[in-house]
Amino acid sequence: MSYTQLAIIATLSALVLDLFIVRTRLVRGKAFWTSYAIILPFQLLTNWWLTSRNIVMYNPKTFLGKRLAGAPLEDLLFGFALILSTLTLWVWLGRSRSAAKIDR
Amino acid sequence: MLIFTVVGSFWLEIFLRVGVLKQVRRLLLTIVPVALLFITWDAYAISRKQWHFDPKQITGIHGPFHIPLEEYLFFVIVPIAAIMTLEAVKKRRPHWVVGR
Repeated sequence: MSYTQLAIIATLSALVLDLFIVRTRLVRGKAFWTSYAIILPFQLLTNWWLTSRNIVMYNPKTFLGKRLAGAPLEDLLFGFALILSTLTLWVWLGRSRSAAKIDR
Repeated sequence: MLIFTVVGSFWLEIFLRVGVLKQVRRLLLTIVPVALLFITWDAYAISRKQWHFDPKQITGIHGPFHIPLEEYLFFVIVPIAAIMTLEAVKKRRPHWVVGR
């Protein structure tokens, strides 16, 4: 599978996890998007650093060809899926813990 | 760049007292499953030569599946940084409902 296909699958999986499986619904609230807005510039800065110095190199055959801050556009989806799935699990685990406290 | 990420986010732990690093169990249960999936992805991408790393600019230490040490650290540090960011946002905006 290409980077493009994997990036789309990962993003959709993270959205399904958040919206339908554990139902944290982070993408429907402000806190997630504010956090993402803080994280994104740092991701772009890091991508630019890693690609402009050729520390990481991408095979042009595996992505669509559009680049942002040096890295393939697909990298945005990679980062989004990583962050969303992490925060979804984190919030879900915190919620089930506080729910357990209330239910006793 | 990993040090940059640590410096850029871990101050939130100290100054905003987000308390992320204290919740060891919750942190491990979050990081480990996500890291396993993304490391699998990384291993696949490296094996298919979708991306590669300049051997002169990494430590040269490799873990399983020819993945450089830096990549393993990435999948630990970046998620922690993201969690700290969310917790810092929650701290500053306590009225925002998260996870309902």
